[in-house]
Amino acid sequence: MTFTGFIVRNAFRNKRRSLLTMLSISFSLLLLTMMMSIWRTFYIDKGPPNAVKTIITRDRVSLAFFLPAYYRDKIRSVPGVLAVAPMTYFGNVYKDDRATNSFAQLVTDPDEYPKVAPDKIVPADQLLAWQKDRTGAMVDIELVKKFGWKIGDKLTLQSPYFPVHPEVTIRAIYTVDPPVRALYFNTKYLEESVSWFKGQAGWYVTQVASNGDVAPVSQVIDEMFRNAPQRTKTESQQAFRLSFVSSLGNVKAFILGICGAVVFAILLVSANTMAMSIRARTREVAVLKALGFTREGVLSMFVSEAVALSLAGGVLGVLAATLLIRWLTHSPVAIGIPAGMKVTIPTMLASLFVAATVGFLSGCLPAFSASRTNIVEGLRHIG
Amino acid sequence: MAIPISYNVRNLKLRKGLTIMTALGIALTVTTAIFLMALLSGLQRAFVSSGNPQNVLVLRKGSEAELSGGFDAALFPTLKVLPGIAKDSHGEPMVSGEWVVVIVLPRKDGTGEVNVTVRGMMPDGLELRPSAKLVEGRWFQTGQREVVVSKSIRSRFSHANIGDTMEFGKGSWKVVGVFDAGGSAYESEIWSDVNQMASDFDRQGGFSSAYLRATDPIAADALKNRVSDDQRLKLEGVLETDYYAKQTSSGAPIKFIGIVVAVIMAIGSSFAAMNTMYAAVAYRGREIATLRVLGFSRPSILTSFVLESLLLATLGAVVGILLMLPFNGMQTGTSNAVTFSEVVFSLQITPRVAGFALLFALAMGFFGGLFPAWHAARQNILSALRG
Repeated sequence: MTFTGFIVRNAFRNKRRSLLTMLSISFSLLLLTMMMSIWRTFYIDKGPPNAVKTIITRDRVSLAFFLPAYYRDKIRSVPGVLAVAPMTYFGNVYKDDRATNSFAQLVTDPDEYPKVAPDKIVPADQLLAWQKDRTGAMVDIELVKKFGWKIGDKLTLQSPYFPVHPEVTIRAIYTVDPPVRALYFNTKYLEESVSWFKGQAGWYVTQVASNGDVAPVSQVIDEMFRNAPQRTKTESQQAFRLSFVSSLGNVKAFILGICGAVVFAILLVSANTMAMSIRARTREVAVLKALGFTREGVLSMFVSEAVALSLAGGVLGVLAATLLIRWLTHSPVAIGIPAGMKVTIPTMLASLFVAATVGFLSGCLPAFSASRTNIVEGLRHIG
Repeated sequence: MAIPISYNVRNLKLRKGLTIMTALGIALTVTTAIFLMALLSGLQRAFVSSGNPQNVLVLRKGSEAELSGGFDAALFPTLKVLPGIAKDSHGEPMVSGEWVVVIVLPRKDGTGEVNVTVRGMMPDGLELRPSAKLVEGRWFQTGQREVVVSKSIRSRFSHANIGDTMEFGKGSWKVVGVFDAGGSAYESEIWSDVNQMASDFDRQGGFSSAYLRATDPIAADALKNRVSDDQRLKLEGVLETDYYAKQTSSGAPIKFIGIVVAVIMAIGSSFAAMNTMYAAVAYRGREIATLRVLGFSRPSILTSFVLESLLLATLGAVVGILLMLPFNGMQTGTSNAVTFSEVVFSLQITPRVAGFALLFALAMGFFGGLFPAWHAARQNILSALRG
């Protein structure tokens, strides 16, 4: 039997204990992996390549204030700007107040919107049909699957902000990775029924020519409206998304706090198991030593065992997190989960590294005391 | 015949290391759960304590919040003479036409900009909100460019001390006082004179909302209906308590994440507790068999081990609660889903939160202890005695 084989055999000798330890560690690592993935989605992920060239202009104070329509033409005149589309948040209620039925509904200009959202793939004939029908709507394929819609279906929408119930017809279905689960319809259609909304938009989405244009163009736009009735705030789509996250509170500290608690919990669980399992083997340690194994040999044996156990738990946890997040982002019942969230290879490796490190640390103390056992005492030990 | 609890307590004491480590594991899970529950309870308190059951808030029909409201000031005299309104200290109807805007202020610690609500009010506005107490300086004066800030605004933003000037609207405003709103949603606001505010934001001749104080809660209900039913006004009356209760939905994302995190950690800790209890059962195989021989029944052995696990969990819960107590009252903020501005609230470890945390830990202990206890009770006496 090889040394490695001996360690693996030992690690799984008490099957129930090993299994429980692994499960306990795997649940903690599931949480850790999820937290790291959320962190990545919010703070590291740059989004699809085209999103980098997309900037958003909104009222400096709050999204609750609309911007005048003439801002659009002024933005269009800035060098480096390819297209500008108005966007307004209509609401997210569908059918009833239930959160599971909720999805975002936005109004925009169908003629220019495809240019600012090139990552949305729509069949050309459907796009044309949407642009021609003023009451038409474009929807995410994920929504179509969830609600069983098809082209030509009519939906009645409602909004907490606008006192109307527009009826829209599905004219186009788009696919986008990651899915955004949103419905878009014509801003003119809304203007017709809500007189005070005429000539306004919630914010403007602008597509610029190259990545290098993002910062200068944003600056030029905000400078342009410096003395206008409403000052603007222009930022990249990524920063725009982040401002929603930061409005939720100190999310970073929140995630770090949970991660800290989780890591410490795994450390305790793992150390606990190793202490139990080594205690039960006091006599064996003595036998090993009597056979000529050195202190270092015994120490490394137990430490490796701890690492093997927590790594096994880690692999389970990472797998579970990957499946859970995939299910959450694709499931029609989950709400508020950023669709772009996924567990990447670096995240997995980081989780496994944490598992291995924790296993190593937790094995050290009990293994150290075991390696120091007096042979004669150990042989006499009844455990 | 039951096995005395002292037996279990002694057993826990015997294996101190194991007990402490398992209890700490449970404690960590409990602290996470307490943290999330305290956040929610603080947020709830901020909104629930904001409303006064005698106050009726008047908004433009169809508008959900003060910020998106706005109606003609010409309607105000009609509101003022509605029946059922209490008298203020000058013998006039206690009503306040108000103007609410959101301004952007940089955080003191430099971690970004935050939307803050500024509320312009009539002098009666202060009488309408007796829960807000002046702690320093004085209230703003009508016709002056003066503001009073809440305690939490003072601590979170620079230039918010008495004597400082704040820059917003068309110029500078002098900070003349600090008030304490007792953890309510007003704790996130800056107050000033409504006319000064309206002129700074070019909103003369209008109000975003009006507050009416009814003589009693029943009159408030009638007043609310009277405002909503009057076809000429095109206004809507809401009880202030209902208005704020609705805003507690701001806590929904925290609640969702909180439940997911707490449940996953709890499952993990249950497994750890199970491990400890299995070990306890394994070490005591002969002891359990002896107990059986002495005449203790299977159910009493089962109960005894479940009890031991519950004791372990209680220990964990107590440690967890003690660990979290220093954080009680810690302030934080989140975005108000209705007003888009930041609402400041503090962590509230109420007896209810602590009780819930204990129940949560006991549930972990119960699930962790049940299977090992079952195993202990089912052991074969003879082979266990020999082992």
